[in-house]
Amino acid sequence: MTEYYTEEHEWIRVEGDLATVGITDFAQGQLGDVVFVELPEAGREVTKGGEAAVVESVKAASDVYAPVSGEVTGANQALVDDPALANTDPEGEGWFFRLRLSDTSELDGLMDAAAYKSFCDSQ
Amino acid sequence: MSDVDTSPLPLDAWHRGRGARMVPFAGYAMPIQYEGILAEHKWTRESAGLFDVSHMGQLVVAGPEAEKGLETLLPADLGILKDGRLRYSLLLAEDGGIVDDLMATRRGDHFYVVVNGATKQGDIAYLESRLPRGVVLDHMKEQALLALQGPKAVDALSRLVPGVEALGFMTGGAFQIGGTGAWISRSGYTGEDGFEISVPGAKVAEVADLLAAEPEVKPIGLGARDSLRLEAGLPLYGHDLDTGTTPVEADLTFAISKRRRGEGGFAGWHRIARELEEGPVRRRVGLAVDGRQPVREGAMVLDADGNEVGKVTSGGFSPMLEAPIAMAYVPVASAAAGSSVTLAQRGKLFQAKVVAMPFVPHRYHRKGAAG
Repeated sequence: MTEYYTEEHEWIRVEGDLATVGITDFAQGQLGDVVFVELPEAGREVTKGGEAAVVESVKAASDVYAPVSGEVTGANQALVDDPALANTDPEGEGWFFRLRLSDTSELDGLMDAAAYKSFCDSQ
Repeated sequence: MSDVDTSPLPLDAWHRGRGARMVPFAGYAMPIQYEGILAEHKWTRESAGLFDVSHMGQLVVAGPEAEKGLETLLPADLGILKDGRLRYSLLLAEDGGIVDDLMATRRGDHFYVVVNGATKQGDIAYLESRLPRGVVLDHMKEQALLALQGPKAVDALSRLVPGVEALGFMTGGAFQIGGTGAWISRSGYTGEDGFEISVPGAKVAEVADLLAAEPEVKPIGLGARDSLRLEAGLPLYGHDLDTGTTPVEADLTFAISKRRRGEGGFAGWHRIARELEEGPVRRRVGLAVDGRQPVREGAMVLDADGNEVGKVTSGGFSPMLEAPIAMAYVPVASAAAGSSVTLAQRGKLFQAKVVAMPFVPHRYHRKGAAG
């Protein structure tokens, strides 16, 4: 299993061609209290950089972009029912959706944990 | 921590020292939140929240003609306003549009007027151009303003300021807090009991320290201030009110005093009197939105054919109701409580019902009232 991070503050956990996507702890801290999420339905094709989900905090609405292209295989219903999981456990129980990658080479441009940490420190 | 291109307020370092996230607001760097908007919101409803509202404009309007002069621009009956009493009012343009909303207090021989931070320079210019010669307008730039809001605000403040508990809602007086002279009124903009405390900027950190040391009190940011006033059904200038909105459209007719309705003599009276008589075309209402997704400022109100007939001017998630709520301007035909409306935001449709405001009941300290 390998973890990648994007400059849009998403994490992607990859096993083979299956990926789990969520927002990082840094992202949830910036968003504040999450009160609503809209997640993609299974079967939907998403394109790298395209809109995949919506997350709304008390303050504002934000789009979550697909960090890589692929077909959605499932979404986290527990997060829909309890959006605060995005704050309390963003990189665990608060995952957003799962994907079957259509092009694993898209992972090449993403950051690892160390690179992401320095990216956040520079923000 | 990114710096913002804005002026610091007297409590800037105080907020940063308490972990506030600072954002630009009304030309100042202000705290949007400390521990989180939801927690701060709920704390204010259950205990007491301390808000820094020093960005607001604190004005003194003095001189023998001050009352008559202000009455040419405000629809309030200042003649019957007793010493030490304050009133919510509106600064009006000639066409009946709202230049600002404000609080006006009769304080001895002058009026103490608190206006919004983002509009204060324009208000001052407007007042100076319209008030009669001989009326002196002083912008008290050196004064800071705190608000202590919540059901336990009186417990915390009366420990530091004995006697302050005797103030009734919308009354004020001169007090000492920790040796500093303060003007304190029982008022605020959260729907809760509470106080507004005007002290010199040079002393405000000391006063804020004293208040924040009380066990009931936590500092609260602008984020929760906005969600609290939305739940309380209170309009926010620049969002729910502007120069294109009249008091009747804004459902603020309570601010037009009885004598003034009949006599007029204030800016915009002709239009306002006509709207009082015939009813406005559109009106500000509260909306309970179906589902969980917040519908925010800028969303469209649609009629049955999908035409835009109104706009959401404030919207968000109510922490107390755990549901999305909003304020919108809708055609009067759809303004009665129980009316269904359709909203559109980023290409998505939402159903909502018009509901009476406040969304969360007010709990002001009215003398003689139970509780």
